[in-house]
Amino acid sequence: MKKFGIKEVVAAGIGTALFVALTQVQIPVGFIPNTALQPRAALLAFLAAIFGPVVGGIVGLLGHALGDALFYGSVWWSWVFPDALFGILVGLFATKFAIKEGGFDAKKVVLFNVVQIVANALAWILLAPVLDILIYAEPSNKVFTQGVTAFIANIIIVAILGSLIGIAYSQIGAKSSSLSKED
Amino acid sequence: MAGRVLTYEEKNTWIHRLSGVTKLVFFLLWSITSMLSYDTRVLIVMFVLSLVILRASQTKWKQVGGVFQFILIFLIINILAIFLFSPDQGTTIYGTRTVLCHIAGPYDLTLEQLFYEANIILKYLTVVPAVFMFIVTTNPSELAASLNKIGVSYDICYSIAIALRYIPDVQDDYHKIRNAQEARGIEMSKKASLTERIKSTSAILFPLIFSSMDRIDVVSNAMQLRGFGKTKKRTWYSAKKPERNDYLVLGFIILFSAIALIITFHDGNRFYNPFQ
Repeated sequence: MKKFGIKEVVAAGIGTALFVALTQVQIPVGFIPNTALQPRAALLAFLAAIFGPVVGGIVGLLGHALGDALFYGSVWWSWVFPDALFGILVGLFATKFAIKEGGFDAKKVVLFNVVQIVANALAWILLAPVLDILIYAEPSNKVFTQGVTAFIANIIIVAILGSLIGIAYSQIGAKSSSLSKED
Repeated sequence: MAGRVLTYEEKNTWIHRLSGVTKLVFFLLWSITSMLSYDTRVLIVMFVLSLVILRASQTKWKQVGGVFQFILIFLIINILAIFLFSPDQGTTIYGTRTVLCHIAGPYDLTLEQLFYEANIILKYLTVVPAVFMFIVTTNPSELAASLNKIGVSYDICYSIAIALRYIPDVQDDYHKIRNAQEARGIEMSKKASLTERIKSTSAILFPLIFSSMDRIDVVSNAMQLRGFGKTKKRTWYSAKKPERNDYLVLGFIILFSAIALIITFHDGNRFYNPFQ
Protein backbone atom coordinates (compact mmCIF):
# COMPACT_ATOMS: atom_id res chain seq x y z
CA MET A 1 0.00 0.00 0.00
CA LYS A 2 3.00 2.30 0.28
CA LYS A 3 3.41 2.72 -3.46
CA PHE A 4 2.22 5.57 -5.61
CA GLY A 5 -1.13 4.12 -6.67
CA ILE A 6 -4.12 5.52 -8.52
CA LYS A 7 -5.49 7.12 -5.37
CA GLU A 8 -2.20 8.93 -4.78
CA VAL A 9 -2.07 10.12 -8.41
CA VAL A 10 -5.53 11.63 -8.11
CA ALA A 11 -4.97 12.94 -4.58
CA ALA A 12 -1.78 14.71 -5.66
CA GLY A 13 -3.63 16.21 -8.63
CA ILE A 14 -6.81 17.37 -6.92
CA GLY A 15 -4.87 18.27 -3.78
CA THR A 16 -2.68 20.55 -5.85
CA ALA A 17 -5.75 22.10 -7.44
CA LEU A 18 -7.23 22.73 -3.98
CA PHE A 19 -3.96 24.20 -2.74
CA VAL A 20 -3.81 26.53 -5.73
CA ALA A 21 -7.45 27.57 -5.34
CA LEU A 22 -6.81 28.39 -1.68
CA THR A 23 -3.78 30.55 -2.51
CA GLN A 24 -5.88 33.68 -2.33
CA VAL A 25 -7.83 32.64 0.73
CA GLN A 26 -6.00 34.32 3.54
CA ILE A 27 -7.03 35.42 6.99
CA PRO A 28 -5.42 38.79 7.76
CA VAL A 29 -4.06 38.83 11.29
CA GLY A 30 -4.83 42.50 11.61
CA PHE A 31 -2.31 43.76 14.11
CA ILE A 32 0.81 42.78 12.12
CA PRO A 33 0.77 44.39 8.66
CA ASN A 34 1.26 42.14 5.63
CA THR A 35 0.91 38.87 7.49
CA ALA A 36 -1.94 36.53 6.97
CA LEU A 37 -2.83 33.08 8.19
CA GLN A 38 -2.83 30.76 5.21
CA PRO A 39 -5.50 28.07 5.36
CA ARG A 40 -3.69 26.29 2.55
CA ALA A 41 -0.94 25.37 5.02
CA ALA A 42 -3.56 23.47 7.02
CA LEU A 43 -4.75 21.79 3.83
CA LEU A 44 -1.22 20.70 2.98
CA ALA A 45 -0.70 19.24 6.46
CA PHE A 46 -4.04 17.42 6.22
CA LEU A 47 -3.37 15.94 2.78
CA ALA A 48 0.16 14.90 3.72
CA ALA A 49 -1.13 13.32 6.93
CA ILE A 50 -3.60 11.23 4.93
CA PHE A 51 -1.79 10.36 1.71
CA GLY A 52 1.85 10.33 2.79
CA PRO A 53 5.11 12.04 1.90
CA VAL A 54 4.97 11.74 -1.91
CA VAL A 55 1.58 13.40 -2.19
CA GLY A 56 2.60 15.96 0.47
CA GLY A 57 5.76 16.79 -1.42
CA ILE A 58 4.04 17.10 -4.80
CA VAL A 59 1.19 19.22 -3.46
CA GLY A 60 3.64 21.51 -1.65
CA LEU A 61 6.02 21.89 -4.57
CA LEU A 62 3.62 21.97 -7.49
CA GLY A 63 0.83 23.72 -5.61
CA HIS A 64 3.01 26.51 -4.35
CA ALA A 65 4.82 27.01 -7.66
CA LEU A 66 1.59 26.95 -9.69
CA GLY A 67 -0.29 29.11 -7.22
CA ASP A 68 2.51 31.68 -7.27
CA ALA A 69 2.66 31.64 -11.06
CA LEU A 70 -1.10 31.85 -11.62
CA PHE A 71 -1.90 34.50 -9.04
CA TYR A 72 1.33 36.43 -8.59
CA GLY A 73 3.01 35.98 -11.96
CA SER A 74 6.35 34.98 -10.48
CA VAL A 75 7.63 31.98 -8.60
CA TRP A 76 9.36 32.67 -5.31
CA TRP A 77 11.42 29.45 -5.32
CA SER A 78 12.95 29.99 -1.89
CA TRP A 79 9.44 29.65 -0.44
CA VAL A 80 8.32 26.82 -2.71
CA PHE A 81 10.82 24.27 -1.42
CA PRO A 82 10.00 24.83 2.28
CA ASP A 83 6.35 23.98 1.51
CA ALA A 84 7.48 20.80 -0.26
CA LEU A 85 9.71 19.93 2.70
CA PHE A 86 6.84 20.54 5.09
CA GLY A 87 4.56 18.24 3.08
CA ILE A 88 7.17 15.48 3.00
CA LEU A 89 7.98 15.71 6.71
CA VAL A 90 4.34 15.58 7.81
CA GLY A 91 3.67 12.84 5.26
CA LEU A 92 6.39 10.62 6.74
CA PHE A 93 4.16 10.11 9.77
CA ALA A 94 0.99 9.44 7.75
CA THR A 95 0.59 5.82 8.86
CA LYS A 96 1.03 6.83 12.52
CA PHE A 97 -1.90 9.29 12.39
CA ALA A 98 -4.43 6.72 11.08
CA ILE A 99 -6.82 9.50 10.09
CA LYS A 100 -8.59 7.50 7.41
CA GLU A 101 -9.01 4.51 9.68
CA GLY A 102 -10.89 6.68 12.15
CA GLY A 103 -8.24 6.48 14.84
CA PHE A 104 -7.25 10.15 15.04
CA ASP A 105 -7.67 10.44 18.82
CA ALA A 106 -6.27 12.93 21.35
CA LYS A 107 -2.85 11.26 21.47
CA LYS A 108 -2.49 11.33 17.70
CA VAL A 109 -3.66 14.94 17.51
CA VAL A 110 -0.83 15.81 19.89
CA LEU A 111 1.64 13.84 17.77
CA PHE A 112 0.32 15.56 14.62
CA ASN A 113 0.93 18.95 16.21
CA VAL A 114 4.41 18.07 17.44
CA VAL A 115 5.29 16.90 13.94
CA GLN A 116 3.81 19.98 12.28
CA ILE A 117 5.64 22.36 14.63
CA VAL A 118 9.00 20.66 14.03
CA ALA A 119 8.34 20.48 10.26
CA ASN A 120 7.30 24.14 10.16
CA ALA A 121 10.40 25.14 12.11
CA LEU A 122 12.70 23.27 9.72
CA ALA A 123 10.89 24.66 6.69
CA TRP A 124 10.39 28.30 7.64
CA ILE A 125 13.04 29.17 10.22
CA LEU A 126 15.80 27.16 8.57
CA LEU A 127 15.24 26.39 4.89
CA ALA A 128 13.31 29.45 3.66
CA PRO A 129 15.68 32.15 5.01
CA VAL A 130 18.77 30.20 3.95
CA LEU A 131 17.41 29.86 0.41
CA ASP A 132 16.45 33.54 0.40
CA ILE A 133 20.02 34.44 1.24
CA LEU A 134 21.60 31.94 -1.18
CA ILE A 135 19.31 32.67 -4.11
CA TYR A 136 18.32 36.29 -3.71
CA ALA A 137 21.13 37.61 -1.46
CA GLU A 138 18.61 39.41 0.71
CA PRO A 139 19.59 40.91 4.07
CA SER A 140 19.58 38.16 6.70
CA ASN A 141 17.69 40.03 9.43
CA LYS A 142 14.83 40.68 6.99
CA VAL A 143 14.51 37.07 5.81
CA PHE A 144 14.75 35.63 9.31
CA THR A 145 12.03 37.99 10.51
CA GLN A 146 9.86 36.89 7.58
CA GLY A 147 10.66 33.24 8.25
CA VAL A 148 9.77 33.43 11.93
CA THR A 149 6.54 35.28 11.10
CA ALA A 150 5.58 32.62 8.57
CA PHE A 151 6.48 29.92 11.11
CA ILE A 152 4.22 31.37 13.79
CA ALA A 153 1.34 32.02 11.38
CA ASN A 154 1.59 28.49 10.00
CA ILE A 155 1.76 26.64 13.29
CA ILE A 156 -1.33 28.55 14.48
CA ILE A 157 -3.40 27.80 11.39
CA VAL A 158 -2.28 24.16 11.14
CA ALA A 159 -2.85 23.61 14.86
CA ILE A 160 -6.40 24.95 14.66
CA LEU A 161 -7.71 24.17 11.18
CA GLY A 162 -5.45 21.20 10.41
CA SER A 163 -6.33 19.36 13.61
CA LEU A 164 -10.05 20.11 13.24
CA ILE A 165 -10.21 18.93 9.64
CA GLY A 166 -8.28 15.80 10.61
CA ILE A 167 -10.64 15.01 13.49
CA ALA A 168 -13.77 15.68 11.44
CA TYR A 169 -12.54 13.61 8.49
CA SER A 170 -11.48 10.82 10.77
CA GLN A 171 -15.03 10.60 12.15
CA ILE A 172 -16.68 10.63 8.73
CA GLY A 173 -14.12 8.30 7.17
CA ALA A 174 -14.51 5.64 9.81
CA LYS A 175 -18.22 5.29 9.07
CA SER A 176 -17.97 4.88 5.34
CA SER A 177 -14.92 2.65 5.16
CA SER A 178 -14.80 0.55 8.28
CA LEU A 179 -14.36 -2.55 6.13
CA SER A 180 -10.76 -3.30 5.30
CA LYS A 181 -9.64 -4.48 1.90
CA GLU A 182 -8.20 -7.95 1.51
CA ASP A 183 -4.90 -8.00 -0.29
CA MET B 1 -11.47 37.48 -8.79
CA ALA B 2 -11.59 35.55 -12.03
CA GLY B 3 -10.04 38.43 -13.98
CA ARG B 4 -6.99 38.34 -11.76
CA VAL B 5 -5.83 34.86 -12.68
CA LEU B 6 -3.51 33.92 -15.54
CA THR B 7 -4.99 31.36 -17.89
CA TYR B 8 -4.03 29.64 -21.11
CA GLU B 9 -5.43 31.30 -24.19
CA GLU B 10 -5.33 29.70 -27.59
CA LYS B 11 -3.55 31.67 -30.30
CA ASN B 12 -1.50 30.73 -33.29
CA THR B 13 2.00 32.14 -32.81
CA TRP B 14 5.27 30.22 -33.10
CA ILE B 15 5.55 30.34 -29.30
CA HIS B 16 2.13 28.71 -28.90
CA ARG B 17 3.13 26.02 -31.36
CA LEU B 18 6.23 25.06 -29.34
CA SER B 19 5.98 21.93 -27.26
CA GLY B 20 4.99 22.48 -23.62
CA VAL B 21 8.19 20.85 -22.43
CA THR B 22 10.31 23.27 -24.45
CA LYS B 23 8.56 26.15 -22.78
CA LEU B 24 8.85 24.55 -19.35
CA VAL B 25 12.60 23.98 -19.78
CA PHE B 26 12.98 27.52 -21.09
CA PHE B 27 11.06 28.91 -18.14
CA LEU B 28 13.03 26.87 -15.57
CA LEU B 29 16.48 27.66 -17.00
CA TRP B 30 15.47 31.29 -17.43
CA SER B 31 14.39 31.60 -13.78
CA ILE B 32 17.48 29.77 -12.52
CA THR B 33 19.76 32.08 -14.50
CA SER B 34 17.95 35.15 -13.28
CA MET B 35 17.99 33.84 -9.70
CA LEU B 36 21.72 33.15 -9.69
CA SER B 37 22.87 36.22 -11.53
CA TYR B 38 23.19 39.60 -9.89
CA ASP B 39 25.13 40.86 -12.90
CA THR B 40 23.31 43.97 -14.04
CA ARG B 41 24.44 43.63 -17.66
CA VAL B 42 23.11 40.07 -17.90
CA LEU B 43 19.86 41.08 -16.22
CA ILE B 44 19.30 43.99 -18.59
CA VAL B 45 19.83 41.77 -21.65
CA MET B 46 17.41 39.22 -20.15
CA PHE B 47 14.85 41.89 -19.41
CA VAL B 48 14.90 43.21 -22.99
CA LEU B 49 14.75 39.67 -24.39
CA SER B 50 11.81 38.75 -22.18
CA LEU B 51 9.87 41.76 -23.46
CA VAL B 52 10.58 40.63 -27.03
CA ILE B 53 9.29 37.15 -26.15
CA LEU B 54 6.17 38.54 -24.53
CA ARG B 55 5.56 40.61 -27.66
CA ALA B 56 6.09 37.61 -29.95
CA SER B 57 3.54 35.57 -28.00
CA GLN B 58 0.97 38.33 -28.64
CA THR B 59 0.13 38.54 -24.96
CA LYS B 60 -2.36 41.33 -24.37
CA TRP B 61 -2.39 43.65 -21.38
CA LYS B 62 -5.87 42.56 -20.40
CA GLN B 63 -4.64 38.96 -20.02
CA VAL B 64 -1.91 39.84 -17.56
CA GLY B 65 -2.53 43.42 -16.41
CA GLY B 66 -4.40 42.59 -13.21
CA VAL B 67 -1.73 40.17 -12.05
CA PHE B 68 1.03 42.56 -13.06
CA GLN B 69 -0.36 45.38 -10.93
CA PHE B 70 -0.45 42.99 -8.02
CA ILE B 71 3.19 42.06 -8.59
CA LEU B 72 4.19 45.72 -8.63
CA ILE B 73 2.58 46.32 -5.25
CA PHE B 74 4.30 43.26 -3.82
CA LEU B 75 7.61 44.34 -5.33
CA ILE B 76 7.39 47.83 -3.86
CA ILE B 77 6.59 46.47 -0.39
CA ASN B 78 9.52 44.09 -0.67
CA ILE B 79 12.15 46.64 -1.68
CA LEU B 80 10.92 49.04 1.02
CA ALA B 81 11.18 46.22 3.56
CA ILE B 82 14.75 45.49 2.47
CA PHE B 83 15.66 49.14 2.95
CA LEU B 84 14.02 49.28 6.37
CA PHE B 85 15.74 46.14 7.59
CA SER B 86 19.12 46.71 6.07
CA PRO B 87 19.85 50.15 4.59
CA ASP B 88 23.52 49.28 4.15
CA GLN B 89 23.18 45.94 2.36
CA GLY B 90 24.48 47.62 -0.79
CA THR B 91 27.61 48.77 1.01
CA THR B 92 28.18 45.28 2.40
CA ILE B 93 28.00 43.85 -1.09
CA TYR B 94 29.84 46.46 -3.14
CA GLY B 95 32.36 47.60 -0.53
CA THR B 96 32.02 51.34 -0.98
CA ARG B 97 29.66 53.88 0.55
CA THR B 98 28.50 56.87 -1.46
CA VAL B 99 25.96 58.79 0.60
CA LEU B 100 23.44 60.68 -1.51
CA CYS B 101 21.44 62.16 1.32
CA HIS B 102 20.68 61.53 4.96
CA ILE B 103 17.14 60.45 5.79
CA ALA B 104 16.75 59.81 9.52
CA GLY B 105 18.54 57.97 12.32
CA PRO B 106 20.75 55.22 10.86
CA TYR B 107 19.11 55.56 7.43
CA ASP B 108 21.28 57.06 4.72
CA LEU B 109 20.33 56.83 1.09
CA THR B 110 23.42 55.41 -0.58
CA LEU B 111 24.14 54.92 -4.26
CA GLU B 112 25.16 51.31 -3.56
CA GLN B 113 21.84 50.54 -1.89
CA LEU B 114 19.91 52.08 -4.79
CA PHE B 115 21.94 50.01 -7.25
CA TYR B 116 21.44 46.82 -5.22
CA GLU B 117 17.68 47.34 -5.00
CA ALA B 118 17.49 48.24 -8.69
CA ASN B 119 19.07 44.85 -9.36
CA ILE B 120 16.40 43.16 -7.28
CA ILE B 121 13.67 44.93 -9.23
CA LEU B 122 15.36 43.88 -12.45
CA LYS B 123 15.58 40.26 -11.28
CA TYR B 124 11.86 40.29 -10.66
CA LEU B 125 11.02 41.90 -13.96
CA THR B 126 13.06 39.37 -15.96
CA VAL B 127 11.19 36.41 -14.48
CA VAL B 128 7.68 37.83 -14.66
CA PRO B 129 7.39 37.91 -18.50
CA ALA B 130 8.75 34.35 -18.65
CA VAL B 131 6.02 33.19 -16.26
CA PHE B 132 3.38 35.08 -18.24
CA MET B 133 4.63 33.55 -21.47
CA PHE B 134 4.66 30.05 -20.00
CA ILE B 135 1.19 30.12 -18.43
CA VAL B 136 -0.58 32.05 -21.16
CA THR B 137 0.77 30.05 -24.11
CA THR B 138 0.97 26.48 -22.77
CA ASN B 139 -1.91 24.10 -23.25
CA PRO B 140 -2.11 22.11 -19.97
CA SER B 141 -3.02 18.75 -21.50
CA GLU B 142 -0.32 19.09 -24.11
CA LEU B 143 2.22 19.86 -21.37
CA ALA B 144 1.35 16.68 -19.46
CA ALA B 145 1.54 14.65 -22.65
CA SER B 146 4.92 15.97 -23.70
CA LEU B 147 6.35 15.63 -20.18
CA ASN B 148 5.62 11.94 -20.50
CA LYS B 149 7.27 11.89 -23.92
CA ILE B 150 10.57 13.03 -22.40
CA GLY B 151 10.48 10.25 -19.83
CA VAL B 152 8.66 11.61 -16.78
CA SER B 153 6.61 8.78 -15.29
CA TYR B 154 3.02 9.01 -16.47
CA ASP B 155 1.70 8.83 -12.91
CA ILE B 156 3.32 12.19 -12.22
CA CYS B 157 2.21 13.56 -15.60
CA TYR B 158 -1.32 12.52 -14.82
CA SER B 159 -1.19 14.23 -11.42
CA ILE B 160 -0.11 17.41 -13.15
CA ALA B 161 -2.82 17.06 -15.78
CA ILE B 162 -5.46 16.49 -13.09
CA ALA B 163 -4.22 19.46 -11.09
CA LEU B 164 -4.42 21.80 -14.08
CA ARG B 165 -7.76 20.34 -15.11
CA TYR B 166 -9.38 20.73 -11.69
CA ILE B 167 -8.15 24.18 -10.63
CA PRO B 168 -11.15 25.96 -12.27
CA ASP B 169 -13.59 23.37 -10.86
CA VAL B 170 -12.29 23.68 -7.34
CA GLN B 171 -12.34 27.47 -7.59
CA ASP B 172 -15.94 27.24 -8.75
CA ASP B 173 -16.82 25.04 -5.77
CA TYR B 174 -15.11 27.50 -3.49
CA HIS B 175 -17.20 30.41 -4.78
CA LYS B 176 -20.44 28.44 -4.58
CA ILE B 177 -19.76 27.35 -1.01
CA ARG B 178 -18.74 30.84 -0.01
CA ASN B 179 -21.90 32.35 -1.50
CA ALA B 180 -24.03 29.75 0.26
CA GLN B 181 -22.35 30.33 3.61
CA GLU B 182 -22.57 34.10 3.22
CA ALA B 183 -26.26 33.74 2.47
CA ARG B 184 -26.50 31.91 5.78
CA GLY B 185 -24.91 34.91 7.44
CA ILE B 186 -21.21 34.20 8.07
CA GLU B 187 -19.09 37.31 8.40
CA MET B 188 -16.12 37.48 6.01
CA SER B 189 -15.33 41.18 6.18
CA LYS B 190 -12.71 42.99 8.23
CA LYS B 191 -15.28 43.76 10.91
CA ALA B 192 -15.09 40.27 12.37
CA SER B 193 -12.54 39.36 15.04
CA LEU B 194 -9.67 36.96 14.31
CA THR B 195 -11.31 33.88 15.89
CA GLU B 196 -14.54 34.83 14.13
CA ARG B 197 -12.68 34.95 10.82
CA ILE B 198 -10.98 31.60 11.36
CA LYS B 199 -14.39 30.14 12.16
CA SER B 200 -16.01 31.53 9.03
CA THR B 201 -13.09 30.38 6.88
CA SER B 202 -13.49 26.88 8.20
CA ALA B 203 -17.20 27.06 7.41
CA ILE B 204 -16.07 27.29 3.78
CA LEU B 205 -13.02 25.08 4.02
CA PHE B 206 -14.67 22.03 5.55
CA PRO B 207 -17.31 21.50 2.83
CA LEU B 208 -14.72 22.31 0.17
CA ILE B 209 -12.16 19.82 1.44
CA PHE B 210 -14.69 17.08 2.10
CA SER B 211 -16.31 17.43 -1.31
CA SER B 212 -12.83 17.31 -2.83
CA MET B 213 -12.04 14.16 -0.87
CA ASP B 214 -15.21 12.67 -2.37
CA ARG B 215 -14.06 13.81 -5.77
CA ILE B 216 -10.71 12.08 -5.25
CA ASP B 217 -12.62 8.86 -4.56
CA VAL B 218 -14.88 9.26 -7.58
CA VAL B 219 -12.09 10.09 -10.00
CA SER B 220 -9.75 7.38 -8.75
CA ASN B 221 -12.54 4.79 -8.91
CA ALA B 222 -13.32 5.83 -12.47
CA MET B 223 -9.64 5.57 -13.40
CA GLN B 224 -9.33 2.20 -11.74
CA LEU B 225 -12.35 0.91 -13.65
CA ARG B 226 -10.76 1.99 -16.90
CA GLY B 227 -7.56 0.19 -16.00
CA PHE B 228 -5.30 3.14 -15.30
CA GLY B 229 -1.79 2.03 -14.39
CA LYS B 230 -2.19 -1.48 -15.77
CA THR B 231 0.44 -1.10 -18.47
CA LYS B 232 3.82 0.57 -18.56
CA LYS B 233 2.86 3.04 -21.27
CA ARG B 234 -0.12 5.05 -22.30
CA THR B 235 -1.01 7.11 -25.31
CA TRP B 236 -1.88 10.79 -25.18
CA TYR B 237 -4.56 12.55 -27.14
CA SER B 238 -2.77 15.89 -27.29
CA ALA B 239 0.83 14.69 -27.57
CA LYS B 240 3.04 16.68 -29.90
CA LYS B 241 6.30 15.71 -31.55
CA PRO B 242 9.22 18.09 -31.01
CA GLU B 243 9.87 20.12 -34.14
CA ARG B 244 12.78 22.12 -35.51
CA ASN B 245 11.77 25.22 -33.52
CA ASP B 246 11.76 23.23 -30.28
CA TYR B 247 15.36 22.17 -30.79
CA LEU B 248 16.33 25.73 -31.75
CA VAL B 249 14.75 27.20 -28.62
CA LEU B 250 16.26 24.52 -26.38
CA GLY B 251 19.69 25.04 -27.93
CA PHE B 252 19.37 28.78 -27.50
CA ILE B 253 18.32 28.71 -23.85
CA ILE B 254 21.03 26.23 -22.83
CA LEU B 255 23.70 28.27 -24.59
CA PHE B 256 22.30 31.54 -23.26
CA SER B 257 22.17 30.33 -19.62
CA ALA B 258 25.70 28.95 -19.86
CA ILE B 259 27.10 32.21 -21.27
CA ALA B 260 25.11 34.34 -18.82
CA LEU B 261 26.40 32.33 -15.86
CA ILE B 262 29.99 32.42 -17.16
CA ILE B 263 29.79 36.21 -17.51
CA THR B 264 28.26 36.45 -14.03
CA PHE B 265 30.73 34.23 -12.21
CA HIS B 266 33.98 34.72 -14.16
CA ASP B 267 35.30 37.17 -11.57
CA GLY B 268 34.37 34.80 -8.76
CA ASN B 269 31.45 36.93 -7.62
CA ARG B 270 27.81 37.02 -8.71
CA PHE B 271 27.58 40.80 -8.38
CA TYR B 272 28.55 43.23 -11.10
CA ASN B 273 30.40 46.01 -9.31
CA PRO B 274 30.51 49.39 -11.04
CA PHE B 275 31.87 51.09 -7.92
CA GLN B 276 35.44 49.78 -8.08
